[in-house]
Amino acid sequence: MSLLSLDQVTLRFGGVVAVNNVSLSVNEGEVFGLVGPNGAGKSTVFNLISRFYDPAEGSISFDGKNILKLGSDKVPSLGVARTFQNIELFEHATVLQNLLVGRHRHRKTNMLSEIFFTPAARKEERRHREAVEEVIDFLDLQPYRDKMIAGLPYGVRKVVELGRALASEPKLLLLDEPASGLSVEETQDMAYWIEDIQKQMGITVLMVEHDMGLVSSVCNRVLALNDGKELTTGTPAEVQSHPAVVEAYLGTDGISKT
Amino acid sequence: MRFVFKTSYDADINWFKHKTQAFWYFVLFALMLALPLYFYFLSDAYLLGEITSVMIFAIAAMGLMLLTGHTGLPSLGHATFMAMGCYLNVIYLNLGVPWLLSFVLAGATAGAVGTLIALPVLRLHGVYLALATLAMSILTGDFIVILEPWTGGISGLAVPDISIFGWEVNKYANPYRFYYVVLIIAIVIIMAYRNVLRTPLGRSFTAVRDSEISAQAMGINLTVTKSSSFFLSATTAGLAGALFGHSAGYVTNETFDVVMSITLLMMIVIGGLGFIHGAFFGAVVFGIIPVAIANGRSLLSTSFDININIPGLENGMFAVILIAFILFEPMGLYGRWLKIRTYFELFPFYRKDMFRRQKAYLKTERVQ
Repeated sequence: MSLLSLDQVTLRFGGVVAVNNVSLSVNEGEVFGLVGPNGAGKSTVFNLISRFYDPAEGSISFDGKNILKLGSDKVPSLGVARTFQNIELFEHATVLQNLLVGRHRHRKTNMLSEIFFTPAARKEERRHREAVEEVIDFLDLQPYRDKMIAGLPYGVRKVVELGRALASEPKLLLLDEPASGLSVEETQDMAYWIEDIQKQMGITVLMVEHDMGLVSSVCNRVLALNDGKELTTGTPAEVQSHPAVVEAYLGTDGISKT
Repeated sequence: MRFVFKTSYDADINWFKHKTQAFWYFVLFALMLALPLYFYFLSDAYLLGEITSVMIFAIAAMGLMLLTGHTGLPSLGHATFMAMGCYLNVIYLNLGVPWLLSFVLAGATAGAVGTLIALPVLRLHGVYLALATLAMSILTGDFIVILEPWTGGISGLAVPDISIFGWEVNKYANPYRFYYVVLIIAIVIIMAYRNVLRTPLGRSFTAVRDSEISAQAMGINLTVTKSSSFFLSATTAGLAGALFGHSAGYVTNETFDVVMSITLLMMIVIGGLGFIHGAFFGAVVFGIIPVAIANGRSLLSTSFDININIPGLENGMFAVILIAFILFEPMGLYGRWLKIRTYFELFPFYRKDMFRRQKAYLKTERVQ
């Protein structure tokens, strides 16, 4: 069953067509990859799903609901969590506090009960902490638990951002280049985590990634984009050998033939 | 260095990290409770009055701290909310509302009106928001003059005494009682502030401060969060304003001027942005300096026969101090204290760069 579906979505920035008539459907429980050269419109597709942009044409639905009617702060409450390409963590807060912000969509207390910290508020708070500790265990973040983000290395920040998205207990996880800037070992860890997220937690993953090794090891299906247009969809192996994809990455001149 | 062995989630939730910390805050509380005794035996309550006004300004600074330090919205107009709280409190009192109720109502009304004013202004960012609130602050005096039937305009308004179930409190007749009233209110506000910070509301404030885009992606509604912060902030400033009225006894259109707004902002910057302690440290600095200058002046003239009469010396000193803090200690006094404490906790492993702010990695291009 398709959890997320984009139907003929087009987005224009002035004269530039950033996303041109793209349709995709992500099935429940799968890891879906978006690949393509720089500027192909992969992150723009993410921002469309997060409702930071309004598409000019087409429709986006999640879990059978049309999300184009919702504001960007309402999308997460349906169960969509995301990470950012260039890490958007809360710099002057600890790892723990960052992960707790991820729990915001589960907030049940209101301003008054929080100011007076009623027993109900304390109970809620314990529940949030319990959920966050599980994420910390899962991602091996214990050493950094109480550290400020501002002092953490890049690789750890990437993991914290994944953790913050996981803390919201999403149905769909959008990962924007989860392995960019990571070392080989860190990329391997990331691959294991994505596999666990899919298989143990049952979370559907949609990811943008340039590292084809990671894509082919974790993705069930891949969509290749170029210049905002869909090139092809299929298994990682199919997409990698598709002539249009090869052309988009390497150019048209068959240098190797001559 | 202390390692806290955490055995429950409450260890992270509770106000105090460990028993020793709780003990020291209790000692501070006991000292604050016993302080009037000292002045009572000295039978000179002048300094106690100064301490009380420092606490009133600390309450106002806490209001601004929540908005600027924790939500990242600069405001140069908090004297406006103090004025609202002050005048509304007097108006309610003159209508015959009991003090406790009128005090709380004055704060809440100031908060509500503040939020209404803030809603259009909150779409602005950074320096534009600061300018809009500055305009609000400049207009305050004029509005007080325009609303003369209620505010007394230029001729001013006398502030009635506090009366809690027949228990009369007047700053001049009985400074000790006034001190305790302000102390209790300050403590209640600190507790509320701490509660906000350990719940989703406070975390959504810091989230909006550090990255609006990512806060939205976590399901935080920017308008609701910013206006909640503005409401709580204006309410706190309004309560401080009401107390300030009782402390001053008489207020006019010139009491809550732009300088007061700027003073509040300077307090929180010097004290340390983003820390409740910072509000108090800043208020203490601003309470001490005028007294220190006056004492220094009289000392110089009596013992050395040197007379210094430079107009604007006080303001000049504040300016120098502010510039020095921004240049050398952006984390403020509380930040300096944290560094000193860490130095001794980790001795001899403290490194100079431990608190250095790293250059932020490239931020995602701001969409919208």
